[in-house]
Amino acid sequence: MPDHITLRVTRYRPEEDTEPGIQEYEVPLREEWAVLDGLNHVKDHLDATLSYRWSCRMGICGSCGMTVNGEPKLSCAAFLADYAPGPVRVEPLANFPVIRDLVVEIGDFMSKLAKVKPWIIEEPQAGRGDEAGGDREVGRGGLVGGDTDEHLQTPAEMDEYHQFSMCINCMLCYAACPVYGLDPQFIGPAAIALAQRYNLDSRDHGAAERLDVLSQHDGIWGCTFVGECTRACPKDVDPAGAIQRYKLTAATESLKAFLLPRGAK
Amino acid sequence: MTDRPEYTEFHPRWYRPRMSTYWWLRRRSYLAFILRELSSVFVAWFVLYLLLLVSAVGQGATAYRRFLDWSATPWLLAVNLMAFVFIAFHAVTWFNLAPQAIVVRLRGRRVQRRRIVASIHLGWIVLSVLVIWLVMGR
Repeated sequence: MPDHITLRVTRYRPEEDTEPGIQEYEVPLREEWAVLDGLNHVKDHLDATLSYRWSCRMGICGSCGMTVNGEPKLSCAAFLADYAPGPVRVEPLANFPVIRDLVVEIGDFMSKLAKVKPWIIEEPQAGRGDEAGGDREVGRGGLVGGDTDEHLQTPAEMDEYHQFSMCINCMLCYAACPVYGLDPQFIGPAAIALAQRYNLDSRDHGAAERLDVLSQHDGIWGCTFVGECTRACPKDVDPAGAIQRYKLTAATESLKAFLLPRGAK
Repeated sequence: MTDRPEYTEFHPRWYRPRMSTYWWLRRRSYLAFILRELSSVFVAWFVLYLLLLVSAVGQGATAYRRFLDWSATPWLLAVNLMAFVFIAFHAVTWFNLAPQAIVVRLRGRRVQRRRIVASIHLGWIVLSVLVIWLVMGR
């Protein structure tokens, strides 16, 4: 194994550049070093002006998403040794506006994420604390009585959504998705997967509220099932699967709304 | 993105990369996706061809003979051969994607993806063999 590897990093300095350029850095090639370690070496020893996002270095914060050799990757999980002898192309995440160097503007994703209400929405007024210490009930948002209600959930109920709860909002799926690249109005894979994470949670009662957002043209129906989001996901969330499953749910709900009288849904 | 955040001093100079018209040539999976989408045209053609066949059969022996002669012309054979390849591609790719869209449970357990794919393919083969036997075997 050679002892150095070249990083071919995309630079964009808005105060002086009109478009991004390439800058090469030679960094030590160590077995335990990821692309992020290489960039940190550049920042600390070679060129302090290089800008990029990172935080945890262990694949959980979702900050360091970049395009490595053309593929959306967490740069903390893309090991330099796997790209030897190099050079390694390091570019900002695709499909997002670039603020500087490898830093992209994520405001669009953040606003879309909030739209799908990725939190547990409780059942309005239903059965909460009406019988202190009453029946213990497990399943479909089962509660243990009293004002300090616990929500009980069986392992099987948790399995329903557990996979989708692994999302770390790293946006690699947005960078991989050509639909989002072509139409930035598309709500996108991670937002839909996270909506499903809560829809499938036995404690949640917000599916109807999310349906309004997700069943719009720019919601699930924008997805053409390229499936690249699932391949790019570093956490095996399978956003493409979440979207297709939700399409079935939305279609069933629309049919129900069409066939059944008002209020019978 | 209509809200303009104030925290980026040079924000009007964000660099907005444009997607190339040929984005689908950049990655094999993108190309496979585009071919799968394109295969829908051949599925539509196959439906039309089948309707024409039914119509010819309904009009009697002469019309059916004329349909067979038309089907044997080289250009139509070429079109149908291409349609067959694309329809097979369409079927295989969608069958492989099926487990992502459907969750099957047997005795409370989620059926593994590869088993779903295998059972769909098996069903497809059994039906195809049955049809071939019906058409050719008699």
